[in-house]
Amino acid sequence: MMRRTHPALSAWAWLVYGFLYLPILVLIIFSFNDSKFGGTWAGFTTKWYGVLLAREDVREALTNTLLVALSSTLISTVLGTLVGLGLWRYSTRFRLPLTFLLVTPIVIPDVVMGVSLLMFYSLVRGGLELTGWTFENGFWTVMFAHVTFQISYVALTVRSRLAGYDRSLEEAARDLGASSVQSFLRVILPLALPGVLAGALLAFTLSLDDFVVTYFTSGSGFRTLPVLIYTSVKKGVTPDINALSTLLVLVTVVAIIAANAIMRPRPGRRGEA
Amino acid sequence: MFKSFRNAQGAETRVLDDIDLDIRKGEFFSLLGPSGCGKTTLLRILAGFEQPDAGAVLIGGRDMTGVPPNLRPVNTVFQSYALFPHLSVYDNVAFGLRQKGIGGAALRDRVGRAMETVRIGDFGTRKPDNLSGGQRQRVALARAIVNEPEVLLLDEPLSALDLKLRKELQVELSNLQETLGMTFVFVTHDQEEALVMSDRIAVMNRGRVEQLGKAEDLYERPRTAFVANFLGQSNLIPGKVQEVSPGGAVVLTEHGLLRTVYGADLSVGREVMLSIRPEKLRMERDDETEGNEVRARVDDIVYTGAENQYLLEANGQRLVAFQLNSDIGADEDFDYEEEVALYLPPASLVILEEG
Repeated sequence: MMRRTHPALSAWAWLVYGFLYLPILVLIIFSFNDSKFGGTWAGFTTKWYGVLLAREDVREALTNTLLVALSSTLISTVLGTLVGLGLWRYSTRFRLPLTFLLVTPIVIPDVVMGVSLLMFYSLVRGGLELTGWTFENGFWTVMFAHVTFQISYVALTVRSRLAGYDRSLEEAARDLGASSVQSFLRVILPLALPGVLAGALLAFTLSLDDFVVTYFTSGSGFRTLPVLIYTSVKKGVTPDINALSTLLVLVTVVAIIAANAIMRPRPGRRGEA
Repeated sequence: MFKSFRNAQGAETRVLDDIDLDIRKGEFFSLLGPSGCGKTTLLRILAGFEQPDAGAVLIGGRDMTGVPPNLRPVNTVFQSYALFPHLSVYDNVAFGLRQKGIGGAALRDRVGRAMETVRIGDFGTRKPDNLSGGQRQRVALARAIVNEPEVLLLDEPLSALDLKLRKELQVELSNLQETLGMTFVFVTHDQEEALVMSDRIAVMNRGRVEQLGKAEDLYERPRTAFVANFLGQSNLIPGKVQEVSPGGAVVLTEHGLLRTVYGADLSVGREVMLSIRPEKLRMERDDETEGNEVRARVDDIVYTGAENQYLLEANGQRLVAFQLNSDIGADEDFDYEEEVALYLPPASLVILEEG
């Protein structure tokens, strides 16, 4: 039997969720508004999505965003998975400090991350210039900046996925004739895989959505979608930007739902005797 | 063989100290001891998960020291079973053979036979999570024996099961070992389990083998106080050798002179420790003395069903006596505070090595 919820409590819950989601809802609705200016409803249209795709700068920013997101996700997934595996497998006295160091980039304000990366890159550039090499802020700087915060998320998802598994699984594989590489490929990796995929999806959406760190590390010529939205909005909110934001929200939500579905424990999966 | 571990603070603990064991081909050999005695470490050294600091491991005459676990002719049944959760029962059992490159009909045949042997023939498509504890135990067994290892290592495999299932599997395991003729090395802290199943037992304590022998030898003739009390219970009585003859020794104790059939080679005047099992003490009411008798008073009685356990006070020492709960002669039951005569048969009074 369901317990009856107090009406005031459910009203409060609606209020909280409304506060969280109404702005996004308004944004989505107005992306279908047949009016050049926001504020008044002038009928339903999907033309802004067409306008959006026709814009050269949007297409370029989209390509940049996807390239950065895909390559940074690839790198951070490999590195983060290895970190997560290491944290699961080895019990050293460094385990706690290492976990702490992983969580820190998640809670450090983005602005601080952005400024520190900007400084770091100019230091590296200064050092490189002594040898005659140099680089511009752009794709590579943004991409590696994203990797720095993505690794933590991947490592933590992989570790939490493996947390319920006995470390003797690896020994069992070795015992049955598998070399350490084979036991990794045939036992550990398949078990960690949902965590790896979920971590990768999470990393992908984080890169897709990131504005602050990207803004600091992208230089002048390189724009991703969030940066493009920001610079466009400075000139006034236009419906096509609403459409663009709606698309970003959509991709992110789908990715997060997928990540959750992958990670959700199946009933009895970790049942122990 | 020696083995030391360093803990997180860098302090070294010797977990195995001067181990020298010769396990015979085809025997059921048990390593018995309390937790922390080094038995699991010894097993892990045999499996190749740990390396000894000094000494060697030979399997079938070949030196296996330093050989990684995947290249040793041994397989392990883990305490936690360590079944691969992402693989079906069949694929779990087939893992080792596939690793050796065996496939096709030979694989199906051998996996099928191993699963039949441990009676999990119908579970092939199930995942380990959908099995009961006992069934998982059988899968772990099948996964190991299917490889026909020279030695099967079992690390407290029954400890997670309930008592009834444990007893069932004890019998099954020893039958299995006899049928297969495989060498089993079985680690346990359960003395009864070791006694029931093993051909020979090594009792371990603090990294050393205290005594090695058949179950009966260990129980009837323990050599140290540790063995006397770890395998079952014992009454320990200190004393000094008074007289030695070819038929045994006479020891002066707090209870007077006690004769034993052991200790013919001891020197007079030596401090010794006598040990006698509680069920070997005979409680009597009559006063006529025939020697080797101790006056005692019943302090407490514990009824356990099959036997009555009497806690007795004798000359300031606490003794324990078990008397079978037989209906023949119901007047044999003794009361609290009752004065009794305890007869200590000379053949049951063992002399321990350390005084």
